[in-house]
Amino acid sequence: MQSPADPGAFPYTRGIHASGYEGKLWTMRQFAGFGTPEQTNARYKALLAAGGTGLSVAFDLPTLMGRDPDHPLSLGEVGKCGVNVTSLADMETLFDGIPLGEITTSMTINSPAAMIFAMYLVVAEKQGGRWQTLSGTIQNDILKEFIAQKEYIYPPRPSMKLVTDVFAFCAERVPRWNTISVSGYHIREAGATALQELAFTLRDGIEYVQYGVDAGLPVDAFAPRISFFFNAHSDFFEEIAKYRAARTLWAYAMRDRFGAKDERSWKLRFHSQTAGVSLTAQQPYNNVVRTALQALSAVLGGTNSLHTNSLDEALALPTEEAATLALRTQQIIAYESGVPEFVDPFGGSYYVEELTNSLIDGARHYFDRIDGMGGMVAAIEAGFPQREIADSAYTFQQAVEQRKQVIVGVNDRTSPGEEVGDVAHPPILYIDESAGERQLQKLEQLKRTRNTGAVERALESIRHAAQSGTNTMPPILDAVRAYATIGEMCDALRQVWGEYEEAVAI
Amino acid sequence: MKKLRVVVAKPGLDGHDRGAKVIARALRDAGMEVIYTGLRQTPEQIVAAALQEDADVVGLSILSGAHNHIAPKLMELLRAKGLDDVLVVIGGIIPDVDIPKLKALGVKGVFLPGTPMQEIIDFIRANARIRV
Repeated sequence: MQSPADPGAFPYTRGIHASGYEGKLWTMRQFAGFGTPEQTNARYKALLAAGGTGLSVAFDLPTLMGRDPDHPLSLGEVGKCGVNVTSLADMETLFDGIPLGEITTSMTINSPAAMIFAMYLVVAEKQGGRWQTLSGTIQNDILKEFIAQKEYIYPPRPSMKLVTDVFAFCAERVPRWNTISVSGYHIREAGATALQELAFTLRDGIEYVQYGVDAGLPVDAFAPRISFFFNAHSDFFEEIAKYRAARTLWAYAMRDRFGAKDERSWKLRFHSQTAGVSLTAQQPYNNVVRTALQALSAVLGGTNSLHTNSLDEALALPTEEAATLALRTQQIIAYESGVPEFVDPFGGSYYVEELTNSLIDGARHYFDRIDGMGGMVAAIEAGFPQREIADSAYTFQQAVEQRKQVIVGVNDRTSPGEEVGDVAHPPILYIDESAGERQLQKLEQLKRTRNTGAVERALESIRHAAQSGTNTMPPILDAVRAYATIGEMCDALRQVWGEYEEAVAI
Repeated sequence: MKKLRVVVAKPGLDGHDRGAKVIARALRDAGMEVIYTGLRQTPEQIVAAALQEDADVVGLSILSGAHNHIAPKLMELLRAKGLDDVLVVIGGIIPDVDIPKLKALGVKGVFLPGTPMQEIIDFIRANARIRV
């Protein structure tokens, strides 16, 4: 077996920095959002006061799907799974008193990524911040929505146009912004194996670079701003190997497939989050231990930022106490365990190197199959990754039922007499309907006070850009400044591009 | 005895369909006739599917917290169409304070994360109407 190159050297199997975490620990970035922008703003201030070093915005389903609170499909969903942001006014409230020039923010937003990003840019500008130095991340990864999370709006090909519009806009105007977070997290949560997560995510990354290059962008102008997002799951060594394999695969793909010359294009940077799907409603305190082990694997694998899940997330969105404990878990790894002091300590271990190599080989085999189908968009249209994941999810569930896969507290070491839903569990965060009512009132008020003519003109410019193929970001920024709503902006593009419906198969 | 007919539906805006698809496949493998509606179904669409498919069971997968809106609407529409004898079950993330409310509406089974598939299969067999 060939020994891997040193940390900081191509192909970065052992890490993108020669000195690991010595100069800078990973960013402790806790994903949070619920209810109204006012409620979430208070949670962010608490997280920053507790030593969090970055923000990460969870939006509710209406926002993620580009619907206003008064749309029939938004009924009962406003503020439930995240914070509701309908217009620039909500974004101003969300970051009130938080200087965007001094922190980095990650926003989990995909189909309406361009609109939400535009709102963020305008808030930063109003606070006196400069776009040239503004830093943060938008997820903007539409391919994994078609594959796994299913929060798509438009068909795949126009959706890819929106993504590459953001690449082009940022290369010129917001050069330090991470324009995409190519995400395996949701693919894994949907049931993929570690290999499938790795292969589909990296192949998605390759697809985005190809679309950017095809749109006329020089590869090194946008590739350094591509970041990744992986799931930190429960198989400890396999996860460490997965991160090492990901760095290796990306370095070769960028250098050899795309001819990137800038080293920054070769270096895969990633965020990770512990596995939500591994959390159990039974014996929920066990989840603290699961999360700690998963977080440790991500740190040993060289994660650049990390979210640790809260113990109550199989029951509800986390309470502030549970979210603080999750952050403390990272801080104990960072400041007590000594683990960050040595870069890639498993480098050279027979088992981890062998696992890394076998994941690399397996992923390349998937790349070949997807290339043979004509690329990832074509593979998605054929339902290929979706079927692979559904099969793995079912196989896993059967293994659990047959107790071949042990889940402590669920199919093994269960508590006598414990009924699901009837357990002694921690207090949970209960989100009532008041957020929905408040957001509806604010929307009505907004529509009474804004300049309707300016909104209409801006929406027409968005439609025009979509029809003519010019960059959609400038007219979206104009619409945001006129306080057009997320639903109005997304509808403008629905009118031009239509909506996607997937072929259903079980 | 005829096969039980089950409509598995995913209401609301949420797209997390792992659970819906796994349970749909498990019920099918257990010998039931399963119709999966796909994503983002309104209560009206789900009831129309139940009527058209002559369903014995409607199973909803809801993870987003919208169950308190969706369930009352669905139960009302089922009654209005004379489908009172259709067994309704819900799986997903449901705070336990909401479970009695759902049961009072006529939802017979509420299944939380970690519930074995076999338990759901057994529940449906024991509670669905008998087809002759």
